Amino acid sequence: MEEIFEGFATAAVLIARFDSALFEIVELSLRVSLTAVLISAVIGLPLGAAIAVARFRGRNFLIVCVNALMGLPPVVVGLLVYLNLSNAGPFGWLQLLYTPTAMIIAQIVLVTPIIVALARQFVEDANADYDEELRSIGVRGAAKLITLIVEVRHSLLTVVLAAFGRAIAEVGAVIIVGGNINHITRVMTTAIALETSKGELALALALGVILMMIAFAVNAMASLIKKIGPKSYGR
Amino acid sequence: MDGEHRASGNLQSRVVHESLILPVRIENLVYEIGKARIIDSLNLELSAGGCTAILGYNGAGKSVLLRLLHGLLTPSSGIIRWAGDFDPEFVRQRQSMVFQSPVLLRRSIEANIRYALTKRGFKGEHRAHRIETVLEQTNLSRIRHRQAMVLSGGERQRVAIARALAVEPEILFLDEPTASLDPAATIGIEDILVRARNEGRKLIMVTQSVGQAERLANDIVFMHHGQVTEHSLIEEFLATPKSPVAQAFIEGKLYK
Repeated sequence: MEEIFEGFATAAVLIARFDSALFEIVELSLRVSLTAVLISAVIGLPLGAAIAVARFRGRNFLIVCVNALMGLPPVVVGLLVYLNLSNAGPFGWLQLLYTPTAMIIAQIVLVTPIIVALARQFVEDANADYDEELRSIGVRGAAKLITLIVEVRHSLLTVVLAAFGRAIAEVGAVIIVGGNINHITRVMTTAIALETSKGELALALALGVILMMIAFAVNAMASLIKKIGPKSYGR
Repeated sequence: MDGEHRASGNLQSRVVHESLILPVRIENLVYEIGKARIIDSLNLELSAGGCTAILGYNGAGKSVLLRLLHGLLTPSSGIIRWAGDFDPEFVRQRQSMVFQSPVLLRRSIEANIRYALTKRGFKGEHRAHRIETVLEQTNLSRIRHRQAMVLSGGERQRVAIARALAVEPEILFLDEPTASLDPAATIGIEDILVRARNEGRKLIMVTQSVGQAERLANDIVFMHHGQVTEHSLIEEFLATPKSPVAQAFIEGKLYK
């Protein structure tokens, strides 16, 4: 028990002193996850909105697939990205394995289905409300899609925050494709796993505290957006 | 002079809009959902100007007819023949519609109106002028910057009508525009509609209220089971309805 308290005390000192090793890990974690979520949002939001509005053969099957992909196990994603980026894989020539880029790719694979599925649901609900009104005005195609995305922007921002929460807290995929290399691919979650296994609780706890603070901040922002944003769509 | 004035009808005395797509002739119109026939071989002709009220019990097909005319639904069969033989998109551009529960965008009243005008191709000073005109017509100038989401039911419906009128429609479709409003808000909406009608716009309005039809309409289309059972002038309809179902409707009775 004493060891745990000592760990907490050392962790507090590390955070208070802005320990360089600690904040290097935090900085890389944020850079990887923010980049991944940004790219996923650019892909996922329009794609989800397009699936919500478009009617085509196989749409229901596609929705079931995207929804199922939301629950992708991170280790499976890590394995798939690893197989593709390894020297024997189709993208081995890019030499991306064990780099932050590989970790970004893994997180993109992991969170894009979440963004697509949730964006599709929000935009589809809004479309049910707005469809006749927009068609009456003469708004169709891309213009309609943009209007719907703008109208549900608060909900979509919450979706992006949820995706960021998933990305930053993920360990299985990034440890497989990143390798947890010190100063290169070590992020908060992989560092916590490593330090805990070594019995070095101080750094693990300090990272854990920061991770919890980020999770708390993300949730607080999501709640704030929900509170500020209008309760209903158009009615 | 007096004779001419009466002949044109005082309600259409200030016709300022040229009629391009009216009259409309509807021939053998059918609309089916699955095996259910919502509109059943409907024939009707509507002329330019004035207000036509479509009356009938729930499920008669009134709102569906409005959506078919506005192009929001595609007929299963039959023809809607607009005057002028114009492109369907041009016909749509000459119309606008106000729904029973208006859907407004999450922005200010003025921005909602500007959005509709922009999407219909209005630009620059013409757009600014239209915004000012309809805000004044609908008594919304004072609250033009208020967010649409915080408006009352009556205000929301006025914004919807302002948005619909802003694009200078030849035909304004109205689907029970005062159904959920209190008497004061209803009077406010009716005043705006009378002004629009007097400007020469054609109003085609679905309503459940015989009193409202009497106040606003020149002619009545009475529908039952997806068919038009009667199309006559309002005075004629109220004095001598041609069918027992119309008679029961006027008297506010159930019809079996």
